[in-house]
Amino acid sequence: MSEIFDIFLLEAVLNGLLLGGLLALLSLGLNLVFGVIDVVWICYAELIMCGMYAVYYLHVQYHWPLVLAMLAAIGIVALLGWMLHQFVIRPVLNAEPINQLLVTGGVLFFLQAAATLVFGIEFKNLGVTLPSVRLGEMSFSAARLVAFASALGGVVALWLFLSKTYVGTAIRAISQDRAIMPLMGVDPARIFALTSALGGALAGLAACLLVLQYDIHPAIGLSFGPITFLICVLGGLGNMVGGFIAAFIFAQFIAVGGFFFAVEWGYVIAFIFFIAVMFWRPRGILGK
Amino acid sequence: MNYPMHLAILVLLWGYIYTSWSLMGRLGLVSFGHGAFMGIGAYTVVMLWNYFGLTPWLGAFAALFFAAVVAVIIGWPCFRFKIVGHYFALVTLALSEVTRLIIVAARDYTGGSLGATPNGALVDGASASIIGLQFASKVPWLLIVTALWLFGLWVWRQVDRSMARLALQAISEEEEAAASIGIHVTRAKLRITIISALMTCAGGILYAQYQLYVNPDTVSGLAISLQMVFGVIAGGMFVMLGPTVGAAFTLLLAEGLRLAFGNRYPALDTTIYGVMLVLFIIYMPKGILGAALDGWQALRRRRAVPA
Repeated sequence: MSEIFDIFLLEAVLNGLLLGGLLALLSLGLNLVFGVIDVVWICYAELIMCGMYAVYYLHVQYHWPLVLAMLAAIGIVALLGWMLHQFVIRPVLNAEPINQLLVTGGVLFFLQAAATLVFGIEFKNLGVTLPSVRLGEMSFSAARLVAFASALGGVVALWLFLSKTYVGTAIRAISQDRAIMPLMGVDPARIFALTSALGGALAGLAACLLVLQYDIHPAIGLSFGPITFLICVLGGLGNMVGGFIAAFIFAQFIAVGGFFFAVEWGYVIAFIFFIAVMFWRPRGILGK
Repeated sequence: MNYPMHLAILVLLWGYIYTSWSLMGRLGLVSFGHGAFMGIGAYTVVMLWNYFGLTPWLGAFAALFFAAVVAVIIGWPCFRFKIVGHYFALVTLALSEVTRLIIVAARDYTGGSLGATPNGALVDGASASIIGLQFASKVPWLLIVTALWLFGLWVWRQVDRSMARLALQAISEEEEAAASIGIHVTRAKLRITIISALMTCAGGILYAQYQLYVNPDTVSGLAISLQMVFGVIAGGMFVMLGPTVGAAFTLLLAEGLRLAFGNRYPALDTTIYGVMLVLFIIYMPKGILGAALDGWQALRRRRAVPA
């Protein structure tokens, strides 16, 4: 009896690890944008929702090949990220920080409602099911394995971009000192716009992986938006390594908590853990 | 006559809840967690009534006590450890999600996402039950809600005129400096948080009793917390009637579009509302009433100069 118990627990732990990869990817774009522009995109999960709809419509309605549809979706969400910055964030860049948080909250309302208006409230499914992979007595969804691998790939690619390229270096420099960099010949407005597009592209990548596992509906942002913010805050807003670690911690709480109780309790435990950690380290586990 | 009365009740009730939120919000404590207090109020009273037959009048005490405890548990460490700005917003966001998830997870008792209905108290064709706080007619509700709303405005005014407001304003500008002139930062913030939480909780109790239905998504969680924040911003955060104007505006916008287009375009109202919110925050941060009052004053001044 106890052996069966343990193998299922191990399965839960490993599934948590895979979920952690996905959550890490979710938090990546948000963290990048915060680290550079110092703005929290409350509507980040809604951008992902737009990406999911883009994949769905291009693939199912217009019969594009899946890979092409996904690439297009990444491009579309990158464009949305850029637009969000140009039309919504820029006008309030010098306003109080809380106004920047709130203005993206307005965008959240808008995107969610516009999706209801345009796409309807029905759940949409891509109709692509990846097989599940068996490992001994445990089984894992291939979609999660793909997501995990892509998340790691995304992290590595982003790290290479930020550390090896000229533009990446400029982005990191701006995030360290907004005031000095213009004097060094870096145009902050351009870097901000670029970072926003990059953050959008990461949201688009997350959308491509989520759409393989979940049904799409207008309120889907509310189901994983909060957890994405909490992961970023737990890791220290803007700290990508911290966000990465926090994603795996959160995922374990959800997977193992959900194994012993119900999935919601897993979330409850993770959120309470989050609140407790905030009191211990108000700037996140790796925050300054 | 029922429909306008229903609208009036909702405007006043939400106006009261938004006013409760604005007590904190206008002083720099932007909470995304007030859905928690509303949910605690609504669910505690309904659960006690359904399972133990406890009258909502006593249930309300339990709910208010519970809300105050939660406010202290979250508020005290937040203020003690200087969690401010968007960190405060996001910690309280976790609180409102925890509340919603607990209600959903305890579905054996609460009915989960399907919601719950308080047991009917109107037996044998009675039109009112004082003990069960249920009325067949809307008139008593209008009176109750008006009284509550006036109470909310009275509290707003008391706070506005108190030393505590000056202290909190100083804190919201520069916390360290405020502390250095002898303001007890943690205590000042905690006091206004408890007042605001208790008032929101009372709003949740009456909302549940009026609708005779509670649902985790309509009385708690991130969505409802954001609704409060944005209702206040739309109406105007810094004037007494601003939150009420915000409540009236959002409700009338939704109802007006529903009357104009029927149910052909679901979510058209929130789509328009979302765009307006973005525009408000960028171009009119004082909200509808705040901007209107500013405009009126400017007009008066211009008239006064040539005379």
